[in-house]
Amino acid sequence: MSGTITPVTMPKFGLAMTEGKLAGWSVRPGGTVKAGQEIADIETSKITNGYESPAEGILRRQVAAEGDMLPVGALIGILADESVPDAEIDAFIAKFNEEFSSGEDSAAGEAEPQRKIVEIGNLKISVQESGSVHGGIPVLLIHGFGGDLTNWMLNQPALAEKHRVIAFDLPGHGESTKEVGDGSPVTFAETIGKLMSGLEVDRAHVIGHSLGGAIALELAKAKGDAVASLTLIAPAGLGTDINMAFIDGYIEADRRKTLEPVVQYLVHDKSLVTRAMVENIIRFKRLDGVVKGLKTIAETCFHDGKQAFPLRPVLEAYKGPVQVLWGEDDEILSVSGADGLPASVTVTRYPAIGHMPQLEKSSEVNKAVAAFIG
Amino acid sequence: MSKKSFRQAINEALRQEMRRDPRVILMGEDVAGGRGGTSGVKDAWGGVLGVTKGLLTEFGEDRVLDTPITEASYIGAAAGAAATGLRPVAELMFVDFVGCCLDQIMNQAAKFRYMFGGKARTPLVIRAMYGAGFNAAAQHSQALYPLFTHIPGLKVVVPSSPYEAKGLLIEAIRDDDPVIFLENKVMYDDEEEVPDDPYTIPFGEANLTREGDDVTIVAFGRMVKFANEAADRLEKDGISCTVIDPRTTSPLDTGTILDCVTDTGRLVIVDESSPRCNLATDVAALVAEEAFDALKAPIRRVCPPHTPVPFATALESLYVPSTEKIEAAVRSVASYKAKAEA
Repeated sequence: MSGTITPVTMPKFGLAMTEGKLAGWSVRPGGTVKAGQEIADIETSKITNGYESPAEGILRRQVAAEGDMLPVGALIGILADESVPDAEIDAFIAKFNEEFSSGEDSAAGEAEPQRKIVEIGNLKISVQESGSVHGGIPVLLIHGFGGDLTNWMLNQPALAEKHRVIAFDLPGHGESTKEVGDGSPVTFAETIGKLMSGLEVDRAHVIGHSLGGAIALELAKAKGDAVASLTLIAPAGLGTDINMAFIDGYIEADRRKTLEPVVQYLVHDKSLVTRAMVENIIRFKRLDGVVKGLKTIAETCFHDGKQAFPLRPVLEAYKGPVQVLWGEDDEILSVSGADGLPASVTVTRYPAIGHMPQLEKSSEVNKAVAAFIG
Repeated sequence: MSKKSFRQAINEALRQEMRRDPRVILMGEDVAGGRGGTSGVKDAWGGVLGVTKGLLTEFGEDRVLDTPITEASYIGAAAGAAATGLRPVAELMFVDFVGCCLDQIMNQAAKFRYMFGGKARTPLVIRAMYGAGFNAAAQHSQALYPLFTHIPGLKVVVPSSPYEAKGLLIEAIRDDDPVIFLENKVMYDDEEEVPDDPYTIPFGEANLTREGDDVTIVAFGRMVKFANEAADRLEKDGISCTVIDPRTTSPLDTGTILDCVTDTGRLVIVDESSPRCNLATDVAALVAEEAFDALKAPIRRVCPPHTPVPFATALESLYVPSTEKIEAAVRSVASYKAKAEA
């Protein structure tokens, strides 16, 4: 009896992904991999991301060549130990491909959950929900300055396996109304409080990134126990410095050439910033009212090049569990913001990761959140 | 965000700007289509190909004006209305009809700002259909954007997709100068994701639909799609292309074109207008003059022959530049070897 064969297939990064390009192999044929070790780079229309090996073994075959565009679920490689004969691997590949091509229509997986619009006063908030309504306390995801709900594309599906997960576009962002009011975290938190009521969410685990972290803290201050826990990813409000070259550049740059270096501040691995990612931001910024809204937020939150809202006291006063996740090479909000927090706060720092660990180290972040909220 | 056709994208741009600004009005032949008819339906046509459908119902006859078949009168009226405070969008139907009202455009609207020492503003948009492939024969199929590009004082827009059309038309309506907005009639049913909210795309800023190392392709309007298809095929054979959609022929983003040609050293220009004095000759001259040292191969132009657009379907399909012709031109410059010096 020989060892098992593990197929390595085109992963599904985010709900909208139907196909991906094998941008590059990280392991040579014949090389040994551990489960969780990066095995290939996969490029989608939205993002390039490292794909982690599903199991331990020897990469016996690279079925897909670098540059191949394949549907989600298609076979890209074969893991097996050396005892498995080549003939058995050939037979496995033939059988897999035959079954895959006959069922290809369903292979791309379920369709992206429809977005819906929730009206709060005269604001229209674009919301994307997934996961089970019966999954206990829901999870609420708050993106940062200039982002949108797709910032959670690598997290929402994983969290939705056990929870009802709600991602949404903040006012002034994504497909929500472009009116931001005074652009302060307090105002955003008020809107989110109303959004929770509108969605009949009494209590939620709140995950906030960057400015969304500051908003999460304000939400916790305002709603107390309704915030079941806080996961703060590279949050604003804990330090004072902010990279204004990013904030100003994000507002001012209107061409790919000038915007690309600005977007690159977000990640440690600059190759993650694709044409499509920059193009999507340019398209967002062309919408009526977006630049005006971003300017208002920047003026309110980052006045004179400093973070205007010290929220450490809020964090210290909050009674629920708090964890802080931060990339050590964050170029926008320094990881030093995680220093000197109360002992009750779980802090995880990721080496060689930038401002968006939820994208750059999604599997670690997903694990940390799953362990934290149960 | 949802999928919208080229037709819907243009309709939505008009609708959103008419809602935003009461000075925006529409005029043209059959933009509503009911006047003088016997059906009793006021919004009988909504433009000959249905682009302005529904706008009469929402905005009424004071803002959506069916005009008589006299281009000189209503284009002239639109220019005058623009100069005196409205923001008219006049539809010329087929761009070929410009022959009837060229004075109003060329000598009047285009010249107001200059002749009045910068004191006059003429926020006029003239929409018109262009292009072959619709089996509409020689008088309804021309691609006349070079004619307008030639005239100082006009801005000329040739959108390449639904997303581009919506953003560029809103920009055109908000612009204070006369803008000629040309829609390829074969593209009206093309679909892509288009934001529901209003947005603008600035003039004179080319879009790179892809970036490559070997050959730069400059393409206009519908030809952008063909250029991208050709580039997809060429990529499989290891020839990587940059595709430039200039979006506007006036102003023209010369900087981006020169930058890309400097990088690749090879240039193919795809222009579906008649080949003499068209945009392809214009871009070729620009590159020959400004980036001569970067060129590793002759510039190739992919254009129709210098003939009227044929009516016969077989001939018409040969007339329009095709993906195959673009591919062949790119291959020829990619494999070009300079003759050894004698």
